[in-house]
Amino acid sequence: MRARRGGFNTISTREKAVRYALLLVVLALTISPFLWQLSTSLKSLDENIYTATPSFLPEHPTLDNYAGVADTIPVWSYALNSLTVAAIVVAGNLIGATLAGFALAKLRFRGAKLLFGLFLATLVLPGEVTIISQYVTVRGLGLADTLLGVALPGAIAMLNVLLMYTAFQAIPKEMDEAAVIDGATVWQRLRHIGLPNVRGMLSVVTIFSFIGAWDDFLWPLIVLNDPDNYTLTVGLQYLNGTFANNPRLIAAGTMISFLPIVILFATLQRFFFRGVAEGAIKG
Amino acid sequence: MTRQRWFTPWLLVAPAAVWLMVFSVWPSINTVILSFTNAKPLGGGWFTGLDNYDRLLNDSQLVDALINSIVYMMICLPLLTLLPLLMAILVEKKLPGITFFRTAFYTPVVASAVVVALIWGWLLDDRGMINGFAQWLGVIGEPLPFLTDRWLLLLSAISLTVWKGLGYYMIIYLSALGNVRRELHEAAAVDGAGPVRRFWSITVPGVRNTMLLISVLVSVSALRVFSELYVLSNGTGGPGGRDMSVVMLIQLYSRGLTGHLGYASALSIVLLVITIGPMLLLLRLNRRGA
Repeated sequence: MRARRGGFNTISTREKAVRYALLLVVLALTISPFLWQLSTSLKSLDENIYTATPSFLPEHPTLDNYAGVADTIPVWSYALNSLTVAAIVVAGNLIGATLAGFALAKLRFRGAKLLFGLFLATLVLPGEVTIISQYVTVRGLGLADTLLGVALPGAIAMLNVLLMYTAFQAIPKEMDEAAVIDGATVWQRLRHIGLPNVRGMLSVVTIFSFIGAWDDFLWPLIVLNDPDNYTLTVGLQYLNGTFANNPRLIAAGTMISFLPIVILFATLQRFFFRGVAEGAIKG
Repeated sequence: MTRQRWFTPWLLVAPAAVWLMVFSVWPSINTVILSFTNAKPLGGGWFTGLDNYDRLLNDSQLVDALINSIVYMMICLPLLTLLPLLMAILVEKKLPGITFFRTAFYTPVVASAVVVALIWGWLLDDRGMINGFAQWLGVIGEPLPFLTDRWLLLLSAISLTVWKGLGYYMIIYLSALGNVRRELHEAAAVDGAGPVRRFWSITVPGVRNTMLLISVLVSVSALRVFSELYVLSNGTGGPGGRDMSVVMLIQLYSRGLTGHLGYASALSIVLLVITIGPMLLLLRLNRRGA
């Protein structure tokens, strides 16, 4: 057997070659659509993008299409709207989920079990089921067609409470007990023992909340009416519906939405994989 | 030694508890209440008994949406349960550069579904790359109507969902593969079992629970599909509106002159009913895992 001859931990040259070949095939399937879109967004109006054999690289790369998007829809203000929503969601989750996660994991109080059960129960309910009545609630608060209305319901996600709970739970009891004996207040325990030990999870919560808010489509589509208030995803669909005749513009618009996320992701990818592994229950 | 004041924990959980009540618990109850009313985006809101549920039974668009959901689930389920496992095995070994590949394979997951659907909308366009290339090869004479034929549009949306989901489930499998005992593989290899044999008799049983978890996640997300179909059909739901999903119907009735929040809530109950089976299964799995 080949595996035996080579030992199990060292990989034979042939296996290595096969693996890299397969990796490259999957890589092509995964990222070529993005590269194709990027290329389309850089092609000038003179270049025929409809030929049977369009070139993968733009003949005369130009940023005109990006300016063109901004002339057609207020794309930068949409980006700012998305950023505003994402910022509120991230801040809300960092504060709300941390406080609740800490209390549930480290403090004993009456009703904790019940509350924890409720948090868990809401996780299995698909968000779309309650989206209409959530809209009714947001409208009742006078927040229909506002960015705050888009941001508010997700500003403390139950999944994040659970993630923070898990992280605080993982801190050894002894560390905390010593502080309690020394007479530390709850606030001091959170600040000096809790927070320094859950930094990794805080990053996970930050990144996932940010991406979730930035990528979200259905909820802002329901809440927002006035095209001035659109977030980037809703604005892109609006661009697509109104100006579908120029794929270069749409391509430039998608890149404006996609590039910030992919840069953020590439920089912080190690937190992602941790978050996916730990947050798999939500789906 | 200090004792915490009794209300301190409640102070800390208060924001999250308020959110839980206002944005989860109350909307759940209110969905049921609204489904018995004729609430409209503007006005309405009287109890109308079972009218909405009566209407559900005669809604041909809902029938189409349910058929679409079943097709969606039946195709996504095998593909997204199996392919990500193969990908996870591919990226499991720590070869040089493997982090780059893992990251790249995960990229479609972090992109917004809208972005992904717009990209694929252009690829699948009558004059887009896929049709152009196939015509150039001579495989097809006329462009295939990927975005304007009922079933082709549905299949396009499904491929998009699969393509976008691969990386996500790959990462879940990857962490599960770490727990499959290496000695088993070694022993099997010594006994002369080839890679295919080892895959079915060691890897698959080793990640069995993860596989069940993923098949539940895939089923539920297939039933919840929205953005792909919405963007690919440009909000129309395809020819004759026959490519709607249940969530698209909910969105359709949520706004504008055709809006009917009461009926949209009844549709939400339908969504709950069809997703509850897989979800209960998930709960049981979680309990067993814990």
